[in-house]
Amino acid sequence: MSDDKQVNKNRRNLVIATCAAGGAAGVAAAVPFAASWLPSERAKAGGAPVVADISTLEPGQMMTVEWRSKPVWIIRRTKEMLEGVKRDDSKVSDPQSDVPMQPEYAKNEYRSIKPEVLVLVGICTHLGCSPQEKPAADKAEMGADWEGGFLCPCHGSKFDLAGRVYKGVPAPVNLEVPKYTYLSDTRILIGEDTKGA
Amino acid sequence: MKKLIASFLLPAATFIALPAVLLASSVVLPGSPAAMASEGGPRLDRAPIKPTDVVSLQRGARTFANYCLNCHSASLMRWNRLEELGLNEAQITDNLIFDGAKVGDLMNVSMTRKDARKWFGAAPPDLSVIARARGADWLYSYLRGFYRDPARPTGWNNAVFENVGMPNPLWQLQGQRVRVEEAVKGEDREERKESHGGVLKVAKYEMAIPGSLTPVEYDQTVADLVNFLVYMGEPAAISRKQIGIFVLLYLLALWPLVYLLKREFWKDVH
Amino acid sequence: MAAAEKPPVTGTGSVALDGLLTWIDARFPLISTWKAHLTEYYAPKNFNFWYYFGSLAMLVLAIQIVTGIFLTMNYKPDANLAFASVEYIMREVPGGWIIRYMHSTGASAFFICVYLHMFRSLLYGSHRKPRELLWVFGVLIYLCLMGEAFFGYLLPWGQMSYWGAQVIINLFSAIPFIGPDLSLWIRGDYVIADATLNRFFALHVIAIPLVLLGLVMAHLLALHEVGSNNPDGIDINKHKDANGVPLDGIPFHPYYTVKDILGVVVFLIVFAIIVFFAPEMGGYFLEANNFIPANPLQTPPHIAPVWYFTPYYSILRGVPPLFHSQFPGVVAMGLSVMILFALPWLDRGAVKSIRYRGTHFKVALTAFVIVFLILGYLGTEPITVWGQFGGWLGHADRATVVARICTVIYFLFFILMPWYTKVDKTKPEPERVTH
Repeated sequence: MSDDKQVNKNRRNLVIATCAAGGAAGVAAAVPFAASWLPSERAKAGGAPVVADISTLEPGQMMTVEWRSKPVWIIRRTKEMLEGVKRDDSKVSDPQSDVPMQPEYAKNEYRSIKPEVLVLVGICTHLGCSPQEKPAADKAEMGADWEGGFLCPCHGSKFDLAGRVYKGVPAPVNLEVPKYTYLSDTRILIGEDTKGA
Repeated sequence: MKKLIASFLLPAATFIALPAVLLASSVVLPGSPAAMASEGGPRLDRAPIKPTDVVSLQRGARTFANYCLNCHSASLMRWNRLEELGLNEAQITDNLIFDGAKVGDLMNVSMTRKDARKWFGAAPPDLSVIARARGADWLYSYLRGFYRDPARPTGWNNAVFENVGMPNPLWQLQGQRVRVEEAVKGEDREERKESHGGVLKVAKYEMAIPGSLTPVEYDQTVADLVNFLVYMGEPAAISRKQIGIFVLLYLLALWPLVYLLKREFWKDVH
Repeated sequence: MAAAEKPPVTGTGSVALDGLLTWIDARFPLISTWKAHLTEYYAPKNFNFWYYFGSLAMLVLAIQIVTGIFLTMNYKPDANLAFASVEYIMREVPGGWIIRYMHSTGASAFFICVYLHMFRSLLYGSHRKPRELLWVFGVLIYLCLMGEAFFGYLLPWGQMSYWGAQVIINLFSAIPFIGPDLSLWIRGDYVIADATLNRFFALHVIAIPLVLLGLVMAHLLALHEVGSNNPDGIDINKHKDANGVPLDGIPFHPYYTVKDILGVVVFLIVFAIIVFFAPEMGGYFLEANNFIPANPLQTPPHIAPVWYFTPYYSILRGVPPLFHSQFPGVVAMGLSVMILFALPWLDRGAVKSIRYRGTHFKVALTAFVIVFLILGYLGTEPITVWGQFGGWLGHADRATVVARICTVIYFLFFILMPWYTKVDKTKPEPERVTH
């Protein structure tokens, strides 16, 4: 009887050991399959940071660069534009940028590292359309107190020249400010900051 | 114990037997697929390459970017993969990329296929996996096999790939060789039978105008280049073997365990 | 027979688990299926080395299905993209090269296992009554596998893919009257083209695998209906104990599961050696020319099918054309595969196993194996591989003459089988299995 018990104990230990070792092998074998769902080198290259040269960007102008297949706007704001942003504080729903739609270094009055240069992901936070630029001159269309900003053609969400969302529109939060850093005065690296992405 | 050995060796032997016969025949028998590239052609020199030699790979990459990438693409290879060879982004951008490509781009070439056809009669093939198609020895011999031939439109011919459309891209390094045929006299480095029953002649290649490198330096440059081409053919080859060792060690450790398990259960069977 | 004590299926000691099992079993034949096919499926206790390859073939099938599914996630069945997408998997997809090498090695491993599994049947008469249908299902699986391999080989869209498919599809052109239209229909274009690639992809990834899985199921059900043969080729059901359990039988689970696991580990060691250290296998598993993208304007100097098709390819090439038509060769190649279906009815031996067969069968089987290997080797080579005979034989290629002789022996093995198995001087079979 005790012999039988010994046999069964041996057997059980071996079964457990084999199951454990085999299970570990199975998990290891699953690694390449699971890994194959991670972004490939091509995807990583597509998502790599891009450099934007703003040396020719005049005050008041906007340029668009593509980053991760999304439009990124860079606007060199004039003094009047910045004052307009200040006046918009009462009209926008999150004037202090409390919702983290920007890196910590862009959580300020103008939502940018340098006050005049605004970098924004040009994708509406409502359902992903790309809003259109509406300068302050478009008062006829946008209302008498329009200080310049953006209008989303899909559902009419409005944003000011700091990408802050207006009250009472479908979009819930401000436009996203991507991670970016200045490589020099005229070159901006979008998608990566000094802390490393 | 005897049974233990038998239970492992016998299955292993037969599992290995079939593939091994295939492999052996490819090594031993002439004209099997592995040797196909050389069939009917001249003898190939063994490429003295070392896939783990990072410095050689870096030199090869530089030669490749300088001399090959003007006409040939390597459109399956991404520039930043060269970081595996110990280069950083700045080094790749500054020393290897000449056409303003980004470091995450593929090694494409600006020459269009149409222009290429006009100039060379055929579009230069993409070189990403050329080493897997041709083999290192072929490439090593081919790149050292160019000689001057006024009968060819480019002025160049090749001892390994006769009447090839490609001119010698490395002529400034190698220099200009000419082919001299003379009747055979004993053993020689490279010999070719001209035809059945004809006078056996050997082709010798003589340096007419030396290049900037000595023959020894040139062979080393080509070896580095071929080393790089082999690496590019399968960039994962080194990690493949490293991972393989761990997989094998684990399986070999698993084997005694499952053997004991089997023996434990089969105690019942008389 | 101590093996008669069965490991309990229920009685796990856990009340909750027992309850769950009872609940399921009232709705699904879980325990009865488990018993019928594993714990109370009695297999002869004298299985030897040759009996590993059935379960190993199933393992390879599983490997091929899983790796295949993951390959389709990045592969592009488009003539302009296919070649680059395979290299994309090899270079840019994390873990992609392991998956791809497992799949390319698995293809050859599948045929190695299946050929050895079939050879086992010839050795021990596993195709004989009452296992004829089991054998027929097996040959159908083999046919599916050939189709699967052929369709799959086009997908990398290299030179060998392209020209191999070109040659095989052109075989259909040799069929009188309908041939040219038939091959056009198979291609869907005047040459192998995007349309061909796309339909081959569909056949390779879903159509044939579905049929294959169904046939494997049928193969297993047929096996478990009639019971496994064994190296002695005798029926273990003639001697049963009081409970109706064969005296020479042991429950498949756990005895053969643990034994097969041992085989699996040894197999995986060899498999890993190939995948990690020799994935090209000297040009036999992955051919050098297939690293050149398909080019409809330039044929590689030497085209040969992958090694597992080469015996049949040799037969095709060896049979001389008739009235300028390749048709006889095509027919011979087709027959050389189809004749396998007839094997159970061609074999008239008094005994099943080679252990008790006479010299006739042993000689015939040896000759068959040798000519199969020679044909296989010749199929990988150009016909000029062995040079030519002298003028007295009309300067015929030696390889062609040898291939023809081997082809004749190949067919004689089957055609003469009813005779030589019947007149063979067999030894008496034992009553009980030798273990």
